[in-house]
Amino acid sequence: MQPIVEIRKLAFAYDPARPVLRDIDLAIERGSVVGIMGQSGCGKTTLLRVIMGALRPTAGEARVLGHDTRKLDTEGLYAMRRKMGMLFQFGALFTDMSVYENVAFPLREHVKPPDELLNDLVMMKLHAVGLRGAAYLTPTELSGGMARRVALARSIALDPQLILYDEPFTGLDPISFGVIVRLIRNLNDSLGATSIIVTHDVQEALGVVDYVYFMAAGRVIAQGTPAEIRSSAEPFVRQFVNGSSDGPVPFHYPAPGYDADLELAAS
Amino acid sequence: MRVADLRARLERLGSGVSSHVWRLGFASRFLAYLVVHSGTALGRFRLTIAEIYFAGVLSLIIILVSGLFVGMVLALQGYDTLQRFGASESLGVLVALSLVRELGPVVAGLLFASRAGSAITAEIGLMKATEQLSAMEMMAVDPIARVVAPRFWGGVISMPLLAALFSAMGIFGGYIVGVQLIGVDAGAFWSQMQAAVDLRNDILNGVIKSVVFGIAVTWIAVFEGYDAPPTAEGVSRATTRTVVTSSLAILALDFILTALMFTGGTHQ
Amino acid sequence: MNRSTIDLWVGAFVVAGIAGLLFLALKVGNLATFSTSQMYQVQAKFANIGGLKARAPVKSAGVVVGRVADIRFDNESYEAIVTINLGYEYQFPRDTTAKILTSGILGEQYVGLEAGGDGVMLKNGDRLRLTQSAVVLENLISQFLFNKAAEGKPEPKEPAK
Repeated sequence: MQPIVEIRKLAFAYDPARPVLRDIDLAIERGSVVGIMGQSGCGKTTLLRVIMGALRPTAGEARVLGHDTRKLDTEGLYAMRRKMGMLFQFGALFTDMSVYENVAFPLREHVKPPDELLNDLVMMKLHAVGLRGAAYLTPTELSGGMARRVALARSIALDPQLILYDEPFTGLDPISFGVIVRLIRNLNDSLGATSIIVTHDVQEALGVVDYVYFMAAGRVIAQGTPAEIRSSAEPFVRQFVNGSSDGPVPFHYPAPGYDADLELAAS
Repeated sequence: MRVADLRARLERLGSGVSSHVWRLGFASRFLAYLVVHSGTALGRFRLTIAEIYFAGVLSLIIILVSGLFVGMVLALQGYDTLQRFGASESLGVLVALSLVRELGPVVAGLLFASRAGSAITAEIGLMKATEQLSAMEMMAVDPIARVVAPRFWGGVISMPLLAALFSAMGIFGGYIVGVQLIGVDAGAFWSQMQAAVDLRNDILNGVIKSVVFGIAVTWIAVFEGYDAPPTAEGVSRATTRTVVTSSLAILALDFILTALMFTGGTHQ
Repeated sequence: MNRSTIDLWVGAFVVAGIAGLLFLALKVGNLATFSTSQMYQVQAKFANIGGLKARAPVKSAGVVVGRVADIRFDNESYEAIVTINLGYEYQFPRDTTAKILTSGILGEQYVGLEAGGDGVMLKNGDRLRLTQSAVVLENLISQFLFNKAAEGKPEPKEPAK
């Protein structure tokens, strides 16, 4: 079966002297929940944006939902995005609209259903994330976890085939955490969709994903099932999984000798 | 060392100028894109109406009150000078022409820039900073067409109306002070005004000015908002820039338009 | 703020704005005078038009009957040709005089028409034969000084050697 996302020898750089992504190979199977993990600044969010079509690869190929992202014009890009849903880090809800209006937005823009049908659809999506009762609140009245759930409801409003999550676990309390984890899994299976989660919350993510791609410095340095990753011998992966403060990623930011800074050498 | 210093300064000046020119070019392309993609803003007029409310209706109080005070001050100052030449009955002419030709469009424009312009910049900037614009793009909705264009047309439509109301309130204020308070003859006030203020030359030119100012201010406001760095500091800087740049633009355009329109009457 | 309230306010705002514009146009400006009435054109030549400008009023007996449309220089007779638009309802005889007068002491200049006695009226494109140029201040002063000097004793002085 054709992978829903296929990336071959992808490279990306804003400035030729400083490549952000190097030589990436990725294949994401339909129906799976895949994690892209790594340190802050390793390029995982950039990779997500390439998959989204917001950035064009400077080399290599990215095929998403059958479209080659390099060859997309605006029409094609929007057609591709109608089949995708994205959950932004802090929800990115429209603050001038109620929860109901936020979830209704993609439906109103693309499907334009009659009002009763729209109401049913919005309520269904809110029910799926457990927030049907909050339908008429405004985003400012929601807690962080609730806002993220509403944003999730909005991103699945058009029943997407591919759902992207940008750091979905950031800043959540343990309960909201558990809620999001459960929702990611359930929605993926009930919609028959594929999910890609970009995160650096290792332990939690390893509990929900089917497959992991590990990135460092713009490259994929390890990949495998959660079990394989947990038992990986790769030093960087080990440091990451164990959360050790020192290892391939050093504790100290590069600096001249300590003596020199303390001016001990001078005395 | 001196030469190297000087050279460094010249380089910075040159790059500063060229970056401003580049930015102006970028802003122009932005405006062109916005106008071309105004279908949503004009087709779903509801969106633009909401923006006319936020930019125009909510600016009404400051415009009307300021207009009233400006008119009243004009009458006071004008009377003081005119009565020295025995021309106090021309007070109506003085107040009306000052307002309709200059003060109406310019002062209303400046007030609009600081109230509505800064609000638009802050709003769009914050939407950018909180990723709302990216979210919209991800849902295959063009944020420029859906968010920016209605705000642009809302501002352009509001501005001439606000300028007209400013002038009207000002003339009323001048009437209150000149006729009711000071005692200039009401008949002379209105009749001399009507004889001196020409529909085409003065009023129409004033309206043209306010339309031009509206376009300039709103363009600057939406562009600064859209281009703002997505941080708190970036948005606040952009808001300040909107007010400053709009004000300067209004005054510069006012000079250019006045020079073109009111050539001292030497039409021979 | 629900939709219908916003609509109401915006509607009120737009109506108020248009009302403001109408107020300016009708009460403040001179839309009421001379924008739609039919006009006919007449020309007059002047030796000196002084400070007369285009769109200056044309008055007869103090009432505005028309406007100056155009001012040009005739390179053959070295005089100014002034084209006047007159309202159709004002008919003047062919021997009407056109003078350039000043409103007030320091006021703007306008064209004053004094009707003659001819039975035939002016038609579109006719030329006014009798004109009087503007009073030029310098000429007036020098004339005054000349008159003053002429009033003094006219005895010739002995030429100094």
